[in-house]
Amino acid sequence: MSAEGIRSRQFSCLRKILERAGPVCHPDFEPSAEILNFISNDCKVLVIGAGGLGCELLKNLGLMGFRDIHVIDMDTIDLSNLNRQFLFRRKDIGKPKAEVAAEFINKRISGCNVKPHFCKIQDFDEDFYRQFSIVICGLDSIIARRWINAMLVSLLVYEEDILDQTSLIPLIDGGTEGFKGNARIILPGMTACIECTLDLFPPQVTYPLCTIASTPRLPEHCIEYVKLLQWPKENPFECSIDGDDPSHIGWIYEKSLERAACFSIRGVTYRLVQGVVKNIIPAVASTNAVIAATCVTEAFKLASSCCSTLNNYMVFNNVDGVYTYTYEAEKKDDCFVCSPFFRVKYMDLPHDGMKLNEFIEFLSGLQYQMKNPGIVAAFAERNRTLYMSGVPSIEEMTRDNLKKSLKELNIINGTKLIVTDVTRPTPLEIVIRFSEINN
Amino acid sequence: MDSNSPKSPEQSEKTKKYDRQLRLWGDHGQFALETAHVCLINATGLGTEILKSIILPGIGSFTVIDGGKVREDDISVNFFLDENDIGKSKAEAVTRFLLELNPDVHGDFIDESLQRIIENNPSFFNSFNVVVGTALSELEIILLSSKLWELKVPLLICRSYGFIGMARLQIKEHTIVESHPDNQNTSYRLLNPFPELKTYLESFDLDSLELKDLAHVPFVVILYKYLQEYRKLFGRIPKTYKEKETLRDLIRKGMKKDENGLPSAEENFEEAIKAVNYVLTSDEVPKEIVKLLTDDNCVNLTTKSTSFWIMANALKYFVEKEGYLPVRGVLPDMTAETKHYVKLQQIYRSQALRDSESVYRRVQQLLQQLNQSADSISEADVKEFCKFSHDLRIVRSSCISHEYLEKPFNSSYIVSNLDDPDSSMEYYVILRSIERFYSEYKEYPGNLDDHVEPDIVKLKACVSKLLSEIGSNSIIKDDLIHEFCRYGGVELHSVSSFLGGCIAQEVIKLLTHQFIPINNTIIYNAVSSDIVTFCL
Ligand SMILES: [Zn+2]
Repeated sequence: MSAEGIRSRQFSCLRKILERAGPVCHPDFEPSAEILNFISNDCKVLVIGAGGLGCELLKNLGLMGFRDIHVIDMDTIDLSNLNRQFLFRRKDIGKPKAEVAAEFINKRISGCNVKPHFCKIQDFDEDFYRQFSIVICGLDSIIARRWINAMLVSLLVYEEDILDQTSLIPLIDGGTEGFKGNARIILPGMTACIECTLDLFPPQVTYPLCTIASTPRLPEHCIEYVKLLQWPKENPFECSIDGDDPSHIGWIYEKSLERAACFSIRGVTYRLVQGVVKNIIPAVASTNAVIAATCVTEAFKLASSCCSTLNNYMVFNNVDGVYTYTYEAEKKDDCFVCSPFFRVKYMDLPHDGMKLNEFIEFLSGLQYQMKNPGIVAAFAERNRTLYMSGVPSIEEMTRDNLKKSLKELNIINGTKLIVTDVTRPTPLEIVIRFSEINN
Repeated sequence: MDSNSPKSPEQSEKTKKYDRQLRLWGDHGQFALETAHVCLINATGLGTEILKSIILPGIGSFTVIDGGKVREDDISVNFFLDENDIGKSKAEAVTRFLLELNPDVHGDFIDESLQRIIENNPSFFNSFNVVVGTALSELEIILLSSKLWELKVPLLICRSYGFIGMARLQIKEHTIVESHPDNQNTSYRLLNPFPELKTYLESFDLDSLELKDLAHVPFVVILYKYLQEYRKLFGRIPKTYKEKETLRDLIRKGMKKDENGLPSAEENFEEAIKAVNYVLTSDEVPKEIVKLLTDDNCVNLTTKSTSFWIMANALKYFVEKEGYLPVRGVLPDMTAETKHYVKLQQIYRSQALRDSESVYRRVQQLLQQLNQSADSISEADVKEFCKFSHDLRIVRSSCISHEYLEKPFNSSYIVSNLDDPDSSMEYYVILRSIERFYSEYKEYPGNLDDHVEPDIVKLKACVSKLLSEIGSNSIIKDDLIHEFCRYGGVELHSVSSFLGGCIAQEVIKLLTHQFIPINNTIIYNAVSSDIVTFCL
């Protein structure tokens, strides 16, 4: 039996959907055998993450006719993955997720060719990402999501200020937490991107330090106290906390119990300590299945044009019955990532008396959520690094600038700043505008 | 305690493996899963996706029933089959691959048709905690639904059809203590505080406190004080928006001024202002609970009454006596000094204990009257029941087979939904008509390429007949019927996988008695990527 023969029968279900016309199909849909050929042979898909969502994504893609698939994941398999990451077995613990997942899929689904990459997404450049037709993200890291989002935007080509559609690589993004999840489609440069809707990712809940230090009430406050204050002071193992080391968790558990006892606070358990220290997000197989399925259905629609795609955001929750809600997340015209490169990006600041460290805090705040921005001022004569925390020697040289005001640093209305951050692969160029100038 | 040798509890392999889900349903939920036996009828792509998501979290055991052999078509939609399985028993083949998912799970299969099993062994399904049927024929649905209704075994029937999916729950009665609402109800009892709380609340003299101490007083103390002041002024509690606003103003005026004469923005005062609306209603018995406490099964206990209803009856007695549900005993975090917060927590906790003891005593009396053993309901059970008494739930569905009879009991509901052009009820009608079609022609409409056109006419006839049985004058668009014929009965894997995840979670809800199951039918539309629920 020829390989060709096996394939044509294998996808008889897809053929009905793709080769038959119907009155309610999408107007652009022209049924033909070519569509399945395209999906199987020409539509190269990148899956980012081979965890809970990633395993499902790979399986779904393989069974929806996609065969040229790459997967990137920098993690290795842990025992606590096995309750949902179904391509992994006990014997695989410690091995790279991407490699084990790819091998499993290639074996189970004949003809499917998944290529694994056991590394970080940041290890690849534009040329690597440019080869894909669709990118699907199943990550728990917001920074990585923002990075790949910005990367795909940076691949856009504009001809005389018009977006060249062939340079556009759709990004499908899924996320889950317990029984809740969401899925969305991003057409970079055309629809809302991750950065346009940053407010959907509220920063992690943190407890005020004064509560932790002086008025603890919850068991979490006691654990945070040990984690943030007692550990650095006593340095019991002469290293930083490793959430996977039971002796570390054990120590924090003991100390948290002691502190809780001092304040008559109940409820410190080993499980809670683990959860707080490792910032564990609950996860079940079922929600991952739902969200990954939504992502791949949308990938199938994009690749085949057989029906209209999700526009453009879906939330899911099945604690009480089963609930979905879809809506159109709005693109921001002045988005610092996806508004076209020729559009000048302004940043409005209250006044030039603002100190550089206040400015960095502002960049790290709710609106921009940067992590450790490095700032270079583009003066007419030459560029000058104002602050950069990443390189110790530069950090030392520029540390004094933090206390200076922007005015003292010669930043005036219209000064261009170049900001680098882990949330983006390319620097951000912004033009500063002050609402008020101090004379 | 020797701080150099941590005595942290040793975690078992299993606890580590299931850590991420134990945080959602706890060890007791996990125990319920691990002792359950689930049956799947028909090893379709959808069927194995459902099993996958209950095997991974560690269901006790499963049984697959399928009398069919693996065909080439099956392989492309089912991850738990491969080329080498063609021609073999489908039930056997999927069971082998499914068992690889989790060594803690037992699984077996029966290579026989459903109809034969029901005929040969009528009590076969008695041993299952939940039965899931996929791609069943009309006759099988009727047989299975009436059998399981009689056996009181929960049944989920579901179908994945082109871009459309459907699931239906049949359950006589399902009771839930831990419904896990997004917002847990906390009754503060500020309108009518129990003695210990009253003494504590009145022990504060806010006016004499210095600014820094005042900032550490829990908001409940502040709210109570101004509520008392409001009552003194107006002789009643605030009800309308305007009255509540007046109370909020009183609280605002109570904020101390700082050295510049500006009201200090104290978080506890802000919390008190925000809580006005909630605290004024949180002591009421929620409507759902009032309904539950007047339910026949609650009022008229018999020797066969379940623990849930015996506890509900005792709760009813408590509410009639006290006028309130038991205090929850769990206090959300609030701005406060540790000693105030801990003290307040203790006060609510002690009252919660007293309340649940009182309910427990009543439960003991009832057990005696009902000739049930005294230890059939533990004190811990009653404590949990009281703790969650604001959010208890019951789900009762209809019997599916009743709906397939000549004059469906719920036809008016279906008719009125069909009248709404945007309702997804038409999908329900078409899927039912397809079951008819299959019974009549032994294949799905549009199965063969050159049958699509003629099958549209035949399916239309099935739809019209069903509509007239239901008593609906609505017309289902030809285009939609055409679309279903275009699908030709195919299953799309990603549609099945979506639905499989949803249904697996419904099974877990039924087994753990946590979270709230669907009541009772969902239609999933993968084109618009939304889900609609109907209560048939
Ligand atoms: Zn954007």
